[in-house]
Amino acid sequence: MSAPIDNPASGQAVAVDQPSRPQPRQSTFSRWANRHRKWLFAAPAMVFTAAMLIFPLVWTIYLSLTNAQGSVRAPKSFIGFDNYIDVLTDTERFWPAVGRTLVFTVGVLIAQMVLGMCIALLLRRSFRGQGIVRVAILLPLVATPVAVGMMWRLIFDPNIGPANYLLSFVGLGPFSWLAGERTALPTTMLIDVWQWTPMVALILLAGLTSLSDEVDEAAAIDGASTWQRFWFVTLPLVWPSVLVALLLRGIDALKTFDILYATKGRGGGSFHEVETLNVYAYGLSFDYNEYGVASTVLILFFALIIAAMLALTSRTKER
Amino acid sequence: MRVSSGYRVFRIVAIALLLFIMLMPLAWMVLSSFKTNVQIYDTASVFRFTPTMENYQKVFQQANFGKFMWNSFFVAALSTGISLVLGVPAAYSMSRFVMKRQAVVVLMARVIPGVSLLVPWYYLFSNLRMVGGYGVLILSHMFVSLPLILYIMMGFFDGMPTELEEAAQVDGLTPIGAMWHITLPMSTPGIATASILSFIFSWNNFMFALVLSGADTKTLPVAIFDFIGYASIDWGGLMAAASVVTLPIMVIALFFQKYVVSGLTAGAVKG
Repeated sequence: MSAPIDNPASGQAVAVDQPSRPQPRQSTFSRWANRHRKWLFAAPAMVFTAAMLIFPLVWTIYLSLTNAQGSVRAPKSFIGFDNYIDVLTDTERFWPAVGRTLVFTVGVLIAQMVLGMCIALLLRRSFRGQGIVRVAILLPLVATPVAVGMMWRLIFDPNIGPANYLLSFVGLGPFSWLAGERTALPTTMLIDVWQWTPMVALILLAGLTSLSDEVDEAAAIDGASTWQRFWFVTLPLVWPSVLVALLLRGIDALKTFDILYATKGRGGGSFHEVETLNVYAYGLSFDYNEYGVASTVLILFFALIIAAMLALTSRTKER
Repeated sequence: MRVSSGYRVFRIVAIALLLFIMLMPLAWMVLSSFKTNVQIYDTASVFRFTPTMENYQKVFQQANFGKFMWNSFFVAALSTGISLVLGVPAAYSMSRFVMKRQAVVVLMARVIPGVSLLVPWYYLFSNLRMVGGYGVLILSHMFVSLPLILYIMMGFFDGMPTELEEAAQVDGLTPIGAMWHITLPMSTPGIATASILSFIFSWNNFMFALVLSGADTKTLPVAIFDFIGYASIDWGGLMAAASVVTLPIMVIALFFQKYVVSGLTAGAVKG
């Protein structure tokens, strides 16, 4: 609980009324600064963010209504909603990119939530050597995503990579992994799951650690099975942490760029096999300089992100 | 609680598998960085090879990674530093005066796709002749750092009792004085958490530098692409470059492990 020290409406310190308080010696500036400290402190950060955020947003909306392309200084004319019609009827690049974005996001979220919960439950009780395990799950999380992409390129290389080599011992494969037209997207999803499942695990572990054992033990005494205890006792209690993890990971998964670009390069590969909305918008902007169309894709992409966030947070309020 | 021996065995196997999956790829990367390309192509010589420094020589001498490492460090340090100066007081104000709506505006920066900012930024900063310089890189990375610092510090200030500040004011300190002399020194763990996470995120950032950096101001994640040619990939060099990019930040993260974990899980418990 954070009770404000003084009354924010008047900016008057509560303590002023108390007769015993020694009066601080203050210059006019200091008095002014203290009275307006709420905005004095908050304004620089807000001005910076607004300048870096609002101008681009307005500019992007404007560009999406023009035929801007080529050089950033090239003349452009207002064409209304033509870009939107073009993009929304584009079944070759746009809709497949939407599909890939959704498949990627939903797929990695499910895998990361399930695996993250398993890891968190596994590490919940302390054991010898837990320090090493915690280090091991922290490393992927802080590794540079582009370097991680390069690393997996070697591991998943169909000829010289260890992935096919190891799987051959259990009679699986060989798989074409990133090189295959159909296997590329699932492979990038595997990489994302490797890198970010630890984040979900750490968040859920923090949630689990804050629970008391008593309810769980009471349920055990009442004869609940391990699965019942998890499903009806632990999961509802840790649910706020699940939602935080889902929201944080969901936003980042929708915007995934680094590992896709590092593993498949421009345009999501020669058949656009991993081209998500973010990769598509980047390609339109900086490979083809189609700023007008790119802005339209970005506006629609942004709308998708906001819609997903609102859907998640409104579910939170219901609970 | 009683744990059956069957579960204990399952647990050991599961933890061993987890360790293998998390660490094997990283170990493979580092191992390959000490191999020649011939040895990488030969699956028989997984561990039996004479380590070579040839790849690292390439990375630092031909590809000039020393310079790019400095760029990454400089941009991460400055964007973190400036973001702290802007972000910590703002977080304090937004926490103490409960400015939910203003906080949402700043946190929106976390949600918006980076590409949608890059086109206007590129336009604006190329007109200001800033593209390719350090300034624009620091500004763009601050856009990542500031919301992160704000988010972590707001949570930290929310959980901090106000009694000490009030007592200091009764004893004659001004509100700003109480914040400076009492609250700030008590916030060191929070500031450490926010700084280290901000540094990691800036170091790892790729897309902003990809568009806004120049040949001399490239950061490490962009420079790594120098090892990918059209025809073939120099695997040894690429793995050495990837190791040079990511090992320093992993070492830093391990050093400050406690802070990194508390920052990444900030907000997980209060919901």
